[in-house]
Amino acid sequence: MFSATVAALLVAMVLALARLYMGPTLYDRVLAANAFGTKTVLLIGVLGFLTGRPDFLDISLLYALLNFIGTIAVLKFFRYRTLGDRVDPERGGGQR
Amino acid sequence: MTIANVIDIALLVFLGLTAFAILKLRALFAVVMLSSVFSLVSACLLVHLDAVDVAFTEAAVGAGISTVLMLATLALTARREKASTRTQALPLIVVFLTGLALVYGTLDMPRFGDPAAPIHHHVAPKYIHDTETEIGIPNIVTAVLASYRGFDTLGEVTVIFTAGIGVLLLLGAFIREPDGLKIQTMHHHLVLRVVTKVLIGPILLFALYVQAHGDYGPGGGFQAGVIFAAAFIIYALVFGLENARLALPGHAVRVLVACGVLLYGGVGIVSILFGENYLNYSVLGSTPVHGQHWGILLVEFGVGLTVSAVMVSTFYAFAGQNPPISDEDW
Amino acid sequence: MSALLIDAASWALLVLGSIFVLIGALGLVRMPDFYTRMHAAGITDTLGADLILLGLMVQAGFSLVTVKLVLIGAFLFFTSPTSTHAIANAAYTAGLRASPMDEEGDAPDEGGDSAGERP
Repeated sequence: MFSATVAALLVAMVLALARLYMGPTLYDRVLAANAFGTKTVLLIGVLGFLTGRPDFLDISLLYALLNFIGTIAVLKFFRYRTLGDRVDPERGGGQR
Repeated sequence: MTIANVIDIALLVFLGLTAFAILKLRALFAVVMLSSVFSLVSACLLVHLDAVDVAFTEAAVGAGISTVLMLATLALTARREKASTRTQALPLIVVFLTGLALVYGTLDMPRFGDPAAPIHHHVAPKYIHDTETEIGIPNIVTAVLASYRGFDTLGEVTVIFTAGIGVLLLLGAFIREPDGLKIQTMHHHLVLRVVTKVLIGPILLFALYVQAHGDYGPGGGFQAGVIFAAAFIIYALVFGLENARLALPGHAVRVLVACGVLLYGGVGIVSILFGENYLNYSVLGSTPVHGQHWGILLVEFGVGLTVSAVMVSTFYAFAGQNPPISDEDW
Repeated sequence: MSALLIDAASWALLVLGSIFVLIGALGLVRMPDFYTRMHAAGITDTLGADLILLGLMVQAGFSLVTVKLVLIGAFLFFTSPTSTHAIANAAYTAGLRASPMDEEGDAPDEGGDSAGERP
């Protein structure tokens, strides 16, 4: 039964990759990458059960967190074009 | 063709497709996303090959932190890759011939997983048999990493340390401390701020769990350091770099970078002071096995300190830069 | 008997979860517009993931593994809607709007605007 789930997840990952490559706007790409990450979390969990070693769940847990961080970083990057703070132009922050 | 083979082939095909897409796309942002996908697929492949610690590190570093750092770099460069003006025929031929030579070399290697291969007859059986009596922890990988091959890991930590101070030297460690001239960018995202506040505690706890649990399951210093840094990075992303630098100041991070390596090396010096060889942990406790436990705990903690501090300081260095290209030209 | 029940229950949950994951991924590729695609992706993140995790939990019984699965479910529960919200917010702020359907009910071509031309 785990094999069927793994097969379904692999197919879903291929479709997400297709959207990542095709996506006309970048938000499609971010969405596809986020979905790919969730599917990876599930895949690693199910693979752990398939191979009889459920200790792999630590990796799933880790990636569930990092997926979120990556998505937020990407969105901040594309909205503000910086991962830090914006220099306030009126108060003249200037160069570093 | 078992299901395991199908999974392996499917994942390797993914890797090939992703690599091809990375080469073809000129939009650098999409390339960054695809390279994080590449690391993810590699992590899946490593999980399937039963290499759990490596998969853990690959997922944490390759798919998580590297994406954030590459995005921070991308903010400072152009958006599209410039097309190359010369044909690349000669380099392609050289690479192709070298690849052929390497493939020819692999024909002499033993088959994958062959129990009669030389690698399974020298040190590997010794590690597998002796870990339980000499070191006494279930995770053989950690035993090999921290104890049997402790010198190699010391080298790895020093490499990370050197890379960290290299980045700081190039980008400038003397960034002005917070002076209130900058405005936070994600100030108004209420949902993000609340959820981040809720999540940072569990992330730090998870980092501590991974650090301590390295003896019994996948984990250890490298992974824990990355997770610890990730918590501070998400805080910096959502609440502003200034606030993050108030919570974990730049000078403190720079000191911590060195402290980890010092701790690791210091454990070795303590062993010498007790009369044994460098990094021989047996003298650190009442019994040799107890000493091994203490030694592994301390060196893993040193590794975790250095890795987390290097990640955080690199993020500070990249994200604190003002982009040289203006927004219109980007 | 109870082993059979456990196996049957986890089979059902895993298969159902896989179906929803496939539906979500199919929607991600086939839907005409960004916002409709986001809706499709949301199905995977919530229903698909939760059903698969429930199926694995039933299989694992009462152990540390179940606790970790619950934690994964809880993290996904917190972070997937937030990511979806953040992506939608970013797209909307950048100017991407939902394409209106025209009169025959067919979806129009991909709307072009300044946000759409970014890579």
